[in-house]
Amino acid sequence: MGHLSSDNRARAKAIVACYPQRRSALIPLCHLAQAQDGWLSEEAMEDIAGLVGCTPAEVRGTATFYDMLHTEPVGRHVVTVCTNIACMLAGAYEVLDHAEASLKISVGQTTEDGEFTLEEAECLAGCDNAPCVQVNHRFFGPLDADGFDALIEDLRSGRLADTVPPHGILSRVDRNVGLPARAHRLGTVAGKQSGAATGAVPE
Amino acid sequence: MSKTASVHSLRTRFAVAEDLEAPAAVSVTVDGRVVEARKGELIIEAAERAGIFIPRFCYHPRMKSVGMCRMCLVEVSGPRGASLQPACFVEVADGQEVFTESDAARKAQEGVLEFLLLNHPLDCPVCDKGGECPLQDQAVSHGPGESRFVEEKRHWAKPIEIGPLVLLDRERCIQCARCTRFAEEVAGEPFIDFAERGDRIEVAIFPGEPFRSYFGGNTVQICPVGALTATPYRFKSRPWDLEQVETTCTTCSVGCRMVAQSSAGALVRYLGVDSEPVNQSWLCDRGRFGFEAVEAPERLNKPLVRSETRLVESTWNQALTAVADRILQTLDGSGPAAVGVIGGSRLANEDAYAWVRLVKGVIGTDNFDAQLGDGLPAELVASLPRATIEETVAAGTVIVLAGDLREELPVLHLRLRQAAANDGLRIIDCAPVATGLEQVATWLPYRPGEAAELARTLVATESGDRVVIVLGRPSLAEPPAEIAAAAAVFAAAWPSARFLSALRRANVHGAIDLGCAPGMLPGRVTLEEAGAFFGEHWGSVPGARGLDTAGMLAAAASGEIKMLVLLGADPLSDFPDRDLAVRALERVDFLVTVDTAPNPSSRLADVVLPAAGYAERGGSTTNLEGRVTRLAAKVMPPGVSRADWVIATELSDRLGAQLGFESLDGIWAEIEKLAPAHSGCTVEALAAPEAADGIVIPLKPSAVQLTRRPLRLDPIATPGIDSVSEQGAPLGAGAAMSPGVEPDVDVRADEDDFADDEFADEEGPGELEALEDEVSPEDVSVPVGNRRPGLVRFAPGDWTGSGSLPPVDESPFRLVVRRGLYNHGTLVQSAGSLAPLAGSQELRLSPQEMSQLGVAPGDEVRVSTPRGELVVAAVGDGGVPSGVALLQFNAVPAHETGASALIDCSVRVVGLDVEKVI
Ligand code: SF4
Ligand code: SF4
Ligand code: FES
Ligand code: FES
Repeated sequence: MGHLSSDNRARAKAIVACYPQRRSALIPLCHLAQAQDGWLSEEAMEDIAGLVGCTPAEVRGTATFYDMLHTEPVGRHVVTVCTNIACMLAGAYEVLDHAEASLKISVGQTTEDGEFTLEEAECLAGCDNAPCVQVNHRFFGPLDADGFDALIEDLRSGRLADTVPPHGILSRVDRNVGLPARAHRLGTVAGKQSGAATGAVPE
Repeated sequence: MSKTASVHSLRTRFAVAEDLEAPAAVSVTVDGRVVEARKGELIIEAAERAGIFIPRFCYHPRMKSVGMCRMCLVEVSGPRGASLQPACFVEVADGQEVFTESDAARKAQEGVLEFLLLNHPLDCPVCDKGGECPLQDQAVSHGPGESRFVEEKRHWAKPIEIGPLVLLDRERCIQCARCTRFAEEVAGEPFIDFAERGDRIEVAIFPGEPFRSYFGGNTVQICPVGALTATPYRFKSRPWDLEQVETTCTTCSVGCRMVAQSSAGALVRYLGVDSEPVNQSWLCDRGRFGFEAVEAPERLNKPLVRSETRLVESTWNQALTAVADRILQTLDGSGPAAVGVIGGSRLANEDAYAWVRLVKGVIGTDNFDAQLGDGLPAELVASLPRATIEETVAAGTVIVLAGDLREELPVLHLRLRQAAANDGLRIIDCAPVATGLEQVATWLPYRPGEAAELARTLVATESGDRVVIVLGRPSLAEPPAEIAAAAAVFAAAWPSARFLSALRRANVHGAIDLGCAPGMLPGRVTLEEAGAFFGEHWGSVPGARGLDTAGMLAAAASGEIKMLVLLGADPLSDFPDRDLAVRALERVDFLVTVDTAPNPSSRLADVVLPAAGYAERGGSTTNLEGRVTRLAAKVMPPGVSRADWVIATELSDRLGAQLGFESLDGIWAEIEKLAPAHSGCTVEALAAPEAADGIVIPLKPSAVQLTRRPLRLDPIATPGIDSVSEQGAPLGAGAAMSPGVEPDVDVRADEDDFADDEFADEEGPGELEALEDEVSPEDVSVPVGNRRPGLVRFAPGDWTGSGSLPPVDESPFRLVVRRGLYNHGTLVQSAGSLAPLAGSQELRLSPQEMSQLGVAPGDEVRVSTPRGELVVAAVGDGGVPSGVALLQFNAVPAHETGASALIDCSVRVVGLDVEKVI
C-alpha cells in the first residue's frame, strides 16, 4: 500500500526507459501503481512524479482527468454502469437505480464491506450488449435488475474470480509499452487473466 | 563625423524606434483594414498593433498560446470559406481576411462568454477584482447581456490557500490556465495544475505541497478574474480608489519596472509593468509585497538624539547640529580619515551623489563604501566590460559565478531560467553548492575559496565565444578578492567576454557609479585619475584613498575611525563578519544612522536621522546593467523624515559649505555635467516617455535605441494598471520628478541620419558588441573647465586574489554562506506578510556525510570555526558536495547567533568543524 514496491519500482524504471521522454510514462505508471493497490495513493503519485520528472501536482492533475484512474480507495470490484444513449434506451437507469438500492450506496461510493464501488459512465463501447456494466474493466451485459443481482452474487461468491481480477489490474499495460512481457501472450481484455500483469517482473 | 562628440550631439543621440520588428512580411485585412504583420505573428497581435482589440482571456503575450478559453474567436477566411478561429492561436497569412465583428464572430464571442459565466458566481461586489476585471469588462463589451442558465451553479469552499500569499476561489476560475502556465513555463515550478475535468475541473496543488514559489504573486496579477487573490491586498481597496505611478522596484538590483498603487495615502499594491529589457511584466514576491515595509508602523519618523543612555526624539535642527558639530570636532582633532560612511545602496542616485559630494568634497574623507561586505571591489565592478540582461540571455554561453540568483536576484533568475528552458541558452553555474538554476544549467561545483582555480580550468576548456559572466558573490564566507581574481582570469583569457554584475543590493550600482566607494568618484572614475577634475568643480577631494566597509570597521574597532555614519546600513545584522561589526560599533566614539526604519545598529547610534523611503521620494536608480530609470513618489514620508539628499545638503550647510542643491533634477543636471559615465543622459531624456525602460549608461557613441512601449498596456496582460488609469488616475500622475518635460529626443525617422557615424551600431539585436563600442571619455568635450577624466579601465593584473589556500584543510568542512530571499533582515521582517516566510536556520550537509557523522535530519549539531560557534539543526542536501557545509545568512533574528558569527572576512577559506550534540 502506498509507495511503489521495489519490484514495481524496477518495472516502472523499465517502462520509463521505453520512451524518449520520461514524462510519456506517466499514464502507464499510474496504471502500474493502480495495479498494485487498486487505486493511486498520494505516496504512489509522489513516486511517479520522481520517476518521470514532474511534480506530484502534475501527476495528480493527469490522474484525476481520467475516470479509469482512482485517487481515492475503491472496493475490490469497481462496478461501472453505462448510462449513455444506447444503454439508457435499453434501461440503464433502471439498472443503476436498482444497483444503488441493492448495494445501499450511491454512485461514487463503496460498500461498507469494501467489496463494491459503484460508478456511472458514458459509453463504454459495449453498446452491442446494452445495458452494459463493467466490473474491473471486464464487460457484462445486457443486464436487467435480476441479471445485475446475479452478477453481484457471482462476484461476491468468487465464482467469477478467474474472469475478474481484483480492481486495478488492466492486463494491458505491459503489452502496450513494449516490455519483454510481450512474450507472455496476454489474454483478451474480457478474457483470462494472465500472469504477466499481476506483479511479477517478466523475465 | 569625428570621434569627438559634443555634449549637444550626445543629447540628440537617442533614437526612438517606432517598431523594432523586422519589415512587414505579410499583409492581412482585419475588419476591412489592411494590416502589415510579421511572418509568424498571431492574428490577435497583428490586430492589436492596428488598434483592433480582440477579446481574450487565456492569451498572454509573455506565454505560449494555448487557445483554451475561445474568447478570441474571429472569422478567418480560408480556402474553404470563412470559419471561426481563435485569434490567439492562428498565425497571420498573406491575403488573409479577418472579421472580428461579423455576425458569426459576435455570436461566437457571446456564446463563449455566456458559457464562461455558467458557473461563475458573479460575486463582484465582494470580489477584489471587481472594477478591474477583464471578465466584467468583456461581459459588457462582448457578452450577450443575459444568461439562459437557470440551473444551480457549482459550489466550492472558498477561498482556499494554495501558497503562503495566494488564495484561490475555484468558483470564480474560468480555467484559462494562465496561472498554471506561468508556474510551468515561466517560473519552472509547476506546483499547481488542473485537476479533474469538465464541470469538476479545478486549479489544484498536491495535498501537502503548497505553491511555494517566489513568483506566486504574478499569478494573482495575471488571473483574468478574481479567482486568485493575494493576502496582502485582499479587501484593502477598490480599483477606482487607487492612485498609481510607474516606478522601479529597488528591493534588489534587477530594477523591475512596476506600478505603485496607493489608496487613502497608503501604498496597497505593486504591479509589474512589461519592461521588455528587464522584467517583462514579472515581479518577485519580495519586491511585490515589500510595500508593507514602507507602511510599517515602526518606521522612523523623527530625528533621535542620544541623551545619556537613551535615544530621545529631537528636532532636525538639534540633530543635524549635533552631527555637524561632531564632524567638525573630529576633523579638528583627528583629520578626515577619522570619519567613515558605510552604506549608500538604499539611496537614489541623486542622494548618493549629494552624499558623495558632502563626504568626499566637503568633509574630505574617502572612507565611503556602499557594499557592506557582500560586494566586489568597486573599481572592478565599474571597469569590467558589461552586458545587459538582453545580451546575457542572447549570449552563446552564460557562466554564473554568483550566489543563488533565485534567492538574490529573482527576476534575473527568471529571465535566465526561461532562456535556458525555452530557448536553449547554455548556462554553466559555478557554485560551491547547487543553486536554483540546477534544473536548467550545468552545475560546476568548486571548492570554496578556489573560484579562480575553477576559472582557469574553464578558460582552458571553453572557447570563450560570446560568453557573458554573471558575477556576484557565491559565498559570503569567501572573500571578494577571490571572485575578483576569477573575473580577471576570465577577462584576460577572453577579451570579448562581457560581465553582468550580480551584486544584489538595491541601488548598489548607482552608488558605485556615483562614488560611494573608496577610491572612486562620480561617473565610474577613480580618485587618482579624476581627483583634479572634481577638485576643481567641488573645491576639494580627499587626498588619499580610503577604506572599504571591512577596513572602516577594523579601523573603528581599533580606534582610528572616531565617527561612523551608517547610511541605510546595518552592519550588526547585515555584515558577514559580525564579530568585527560589534567591536567597531561598540568602540566608535560617535555613530550616526540615516535610515528609514530602526535596526540593531541604529539602536547603538548617537544620532538617528529619519529618511524618506521608497515611493515617498523621487529620483532615479541604476540597476545591475547600468540602466538608469526614474523613481516616482506616491505617498508622504512618515513624520518629518526627509529625502537623503536633503539631509546631505542641510548637513553640508551646517559645515559651512553650500552644495546648492534644490531639486532632484538639479542634482541630476550636475551629475550629467560632471560624471563621465553619465554624460549625455539628461533629465529630459530620462523623463521622456520613451525612456520608461531606462537608459543604459555610459551612452554608446552610436544612437541609443529607445523603444516606445505600446501606446496602451494590454489590459488583460496587466490587469489593474490600465483600469486604474481609466478610472481617473493616469500613470505618472503624482510623479515627483518633473513629469511631462518634452523630451529632447530624435524620433528615428531615417536610418541614414546615423549612417555616417563611424560607431554606428551595425550588429543585430542580441549580438554582443565589442568593448571598443563604449564611449571613451576622451571623445567627449565638455564646455566646463577641463577635460573630463577617463572612465576607470579594467586591468586584469590588479586582481590576483587574497591570501593563500590552506595546504591541507584543518577542518573537515569548508563553510559556504548564502543569502535567502526571505530572511531576518529589516525589510522582510517589517513586511507583515513576508516576515513569517523567513525560514529557520539549518546547516546543510551532503547526505553521506550526515550519516558518517551519525546525524539524522533535524538533529542538532554544534558547528565551530576559529571565530565562533553555534548550535543548529542539520539537514541532508544532495546539492551540497562532500567537504562543504552551507548556512543561510540572516536566518535568525539579529539577537540570536547566526552564520555571521562564524565568518572571518579576512581569510580565504573558513574551515568548519561539525559535531553532534548529544
Ligand atoms: S485561477 Fe485564474 S489564472 Fe488560474 S486558471 Fe483560473 S481564471 Fe485562469
Ligand atoms: S527581482 Fe528585484 S527588482 Fe525585481 S521585483 Fe524582485 S526585488 Fe524587485
Ligand atoms: S452506450 Fe453504453 S456502452 Fe455504449
Ligand atoms: S482562446 Fe484565444 S484568448 Fe483564449
